[in-house]
Amino acid sequence: MTSKTVLHAKHLEAGAKMVDFHGWEMPINYGSQIEEHNAVRTDAGMFDVSHMTIVDIEGPQAQAFLRKLVANDVAKLTVPGKALYTGMLNEQGGVIDDLIIYFFSETFYRLVVNSATREKDLAHLANVSSDFDVTVTERPEFAMIAVQGPNAKAKTATLLNAEQQAAVEGMKPFFGVQVGDLFIATTGYTGEDGYEIVVPNDQAADLWQQLLDAGVAPAGLGARDTLRLEAGMNLYGLDMDESVSPLAANMAWTIAWEPEDRDFIGRDVLVKQRAEKSTDKLVGLVFEEKGVLRSGSKVIVDGGIGIITSGTFSPTLGFSVALARVPRSTGDTAQVEMRKKLVNVKVVKPSFVRNGKSII
Amino acid sequence: MSNIPSELKYAPSHEWVRSEGDGTFTVGISEHAQELLGDMVFVELPEVGDEVDAGEDCAVAESVKAASDIYAPISGEIVAINEELEDSPETVNSDAYGDGWLFRIKASDESELDNLLDAEGYSHTIDEE
Repeated sequence: MTSKTVLHAKHLEAGAKMVDFHGWEMPINYGSQIEEHNAVRTDAGMFDVSHMTIVDIEGPQAQAFLRKLVANDVAKLTVPGKALYTGMLNEQGGVIDDLIIYFFSETFYRLVVNSATREKDLAHLANVSSDFDVTVTERPEFAMIAVQGPNAKAKTATLLNAEQQAAVEGMKPFFGVQVGDLFIATTGYTGEDGYEIVVPNDQAADLWQQLLDAGVAPAGLGARDTLRLEAGMNLYGLDMDESVSPLAANMAWTIAWEPEDRDFIGRDVLVKQRAEKSTDKLVGLVFEEKGVLRSGSKVIVDGGIGIITSGTFSPTLGFSVALARVPRSTGDTAQVEMRKKLVNVKVVKPSFVRNGKSII
Repeated sequence: MSNIPSELKYAPSHEWVRSEGDGTFTVGISEHAQELLGDMVFVELPEVGDEVDAGEDCAVAESVKAASDIYAPISGEIVAINEELEDSPETVNSDAYGDGWLFRIKASDESELDNLLDAEGYSHTIDEE
């Protein structure tokens, strides 16, 4: 069975090519993935991300529950609206999912988790939360639209009321604010400025249309993937999964090691892996000739063999880039198996484009 | 339903062939094929002077989504290639039957044309996919 978001009709209206994305019928593009990509890098584009799962955590032990559940420490969050990116891990230190946590108060947090992992995430939340005095509430009554690009905030501002404009005025990156019916956050998955807006289902189509009228280009999952990959942002299921440590997925920065007595799930395994440097690491690959690096390809580095976890043609750079999980011994060049032959690639930090510019 | 011009011949692997009336034949990929592949980012072409056999992979169309081999629909010598595609591979998307042509073959055996599909036959193979 495939589910449809409340914006399904708007996608068809805009000429979208729809595909099955983990049980959701979603737009892959509206004609040209590259034009949509470029719209986000140079102007403003919008994505329907209503398929993502919003879960609210409320109760006297909300903070204690999340300090157990995820690798980062929600006690770091003290300013209402501040967001945190992290992973929830299994006992073996593998990534069950990556997520964003918004802090409202020590008794109220909002999580946004992936759609492809919804069922196992909800089961895991139910399981871990049973030891805490909290309620876990999925919020399917909300849709979500991500508006991204250098002009995204200005174009969105044209349709906000005075109260909403005042609330988002000067809001720093990685914050969210509930104002009227909208929850507006300065988060995203593109490496550009912009908002992710949570909106009640029955208002979503109107908001989409208003954004369209304000000159925001609809963009599909195809462009979303090339944008996030250029930005060096992981995609769950490709760049990490339950068998992969966050230390092997460029997620060390999402782990809070202090205080040492915070016993989050997976901690023991990670502490050992960190001390022994026993995991692979995630790097970026750059191939400036003809051809596209593809996920699943073998990567030969100094001291071992790795694998491309995500690869694409980078529309912003004009050549191919990839994320690859390789032995820590890697030097700054590697070889990749591409269409039956070996090609030389550069090994770089796993991040390629920020705010429209190359950062290789 | 994508456009399938009736004056062209087609291979089941989605190449089209147009007779230039002088024993040479222009080859490209169908509109249906470019739709399947999505935005084209690189096109690798054979070299002028190459001898190709019918069914031989002699070019590559690489899109954001996948790399796809292009097969020579007939045997012969490559007498021209579309060098414009080097800088603008997206022409294959925007004008698959016109400026998005790939290469031209001087046929060594024109009877091989009989092995190709007409527009109707090709449209049936697409329907079956």
